[in-house]
Amino acid sequence: MTDPLFEFLCRLGDNTLVLGHRVSEWCGVAPVLEEDIALANTALDLIGQTTMWLNLAGEVEGAGRDADALAFRRDVWDFRNLLLVEQPNGDFGQTMMRQFLFDAWHVLYLTELEKSSDARVAAIAEKSLKEARYHLDRASETVIGLGDGTEESNARMQAALDRLWPYVGEMFDSDAVDMDMVAKGIAPDPGTLRPGFDATVNPVLRKATLTRPESDFAHRGGRSGARHSEHLGHLLTQMQWLQRAYPDATW
Amino acid sequence: MVSDKPTTETVWGWLNQIPDPEIPVISLVDLGVIRDVHWSGDTLEVTVTPTYSGCPATRVINIDIETALRDRGIDKIRLRTRLSPAWTTDWLSETGRRNLETYGIAPPQKAGGPAHCPQCQARDVERISQFGSTPCKALWRCRTCLEPFDYFKCI
Repeated sequence: MTDPLFEFLCRLGDNTLVLGHRVSEWCGVAPVLEEDIALANTALDLIGQTTMWLNLAGEVEGAGRDADALAFRRDVWDFRNLLLVEQPNGDFGQTMMRQFLFDAWHVLYLTELEKSSDARVAAIAEKSLKEARYHLDRASETVIGLGDGTEESNARMQAALDRLWPYVGEMFDSDAVDMDMVAKGIAPDPGTLRPGFDATVNPVLRKATLTRPESDFAHRGGRSGARHSEHLGHLLTQMQWLQRAYPDATW
Repeated sequence: MVSDKPTTETVWGWLNQIPDPEIPVISLVDLGVIRDVHWSGDTLEVTVTPTYSGCPATRVINIDIETALRDRGIDKIRLRTRLSPAWTTDWLSETGRRNLETYGIAPPQKAGGPAHCPQCQARDVERISQFGSTPCKALWRCRTCLEPFDYFKCI
C-alpha cells in the first residue's frame, strides 16, 4: 500500500495544482483587466502552494521525484484532486462560484492543518492560509455582487451553483487515508468540517439572493483517484504537453 | 577571497543594499524577508522567507543574495528557506514604509486599506481591485486627484 502521508500530500497538492491551472486559463481573456490580473494572481498563489505540497510529497515518497515530476509525469489515474477543481471554467460566474466553494473549504481545512503534528505540514498550511483567506474574501464579494446583481447575472450564478453543488459533498468524505492522518494527529477528519462550511457558505448565498440546492447528492472519485471526470484528461494534455513532448527540457 | 570572516552585522549591511527585484526602492532587509544570518563553520547561512508562496521574485531574490555575497568574496554560502512563521507586512521596516510611500505605493495599514493617496495625500480613496501588478499589491484610486495607485496589501 502507498504511504498514506504521500497520498494525503498529493491530495492537497493536486487540488491546488489543478485549480491553479484552471484559473490560469483565464489569463488574457477575463472580462475586464482587473479581474484578469486578480485571476492570474490567484492562480500564482495556488501554484506556489502546489510546489510546497508536492515537493514535500516527493520527499516523503523518497523515490527522487520532486514537485515538477509529480505534476508533469503522472497520468489521470494518479491524480488525487477533488472533482470540483477539475470542472471547466464555464463563464466568469461559474469560475468564481467554484472558487468560492473551494476557498470556503480550503480555509477551514488549512486552519486545522496549522495545528498538524507534522511541523512541515503545519508550516505550509500557515503560509497558504493567509493567501486562502484573501481568496475567500474576494470570491465571497464577487458571488454576492453577481448573485445580487442583474437578472442575467443572478440567473447565471444560480445556474453555476446548481451545476457545481453536486461536487461539494466530496470535500467532506473520509477514508482510510484520512483516518490514518487523524490517528497520527496530522490532519482532521474532513467530515467534521461540514458545519463550519455551511456556516461560511449559507450567509453568503443568502446575501447573494441565491438558493442553495435541496439535494446534497455528491459525485465522488477524485480524491481517491477511482473515477475522475473526463475534464481532467483534457486539462492534463495542455498542462503536461511540453514535458511530454520534450522530456527534461530546460532553458 | 577574504581571509577574515566578516561579522554578521557587516553581512546585514550588505544585504540591506540589495534592492527588491520588483520594488527597487526598498531593500530585501526592509522587506523583512531575510530572517537570519549566521556562520556555520566557514559557511555563511542566510535564511530567507517568501512573501507569497507563488511570487516569481523569490527565485530572483535568492540569486541576488548569492551574487551580492560572492561579489564580496564569500564563496561558501547556504541559503535556507523558512516558511514558519509566515511572512507578514509587520516585518516591513519604517524606512521601507517611507520609501514605498515616496515611490507612490501606499504602505500597508491594519485597517485593510491605504491611509491616504500617496500622490496628493487625500483620504477619499477607493479600491479598484484586490490584486495588482505583483502578488503583494492591490489597485486603488484616489477620488480627489483621480490617479490610480498601488497599495501594499496588509497580511
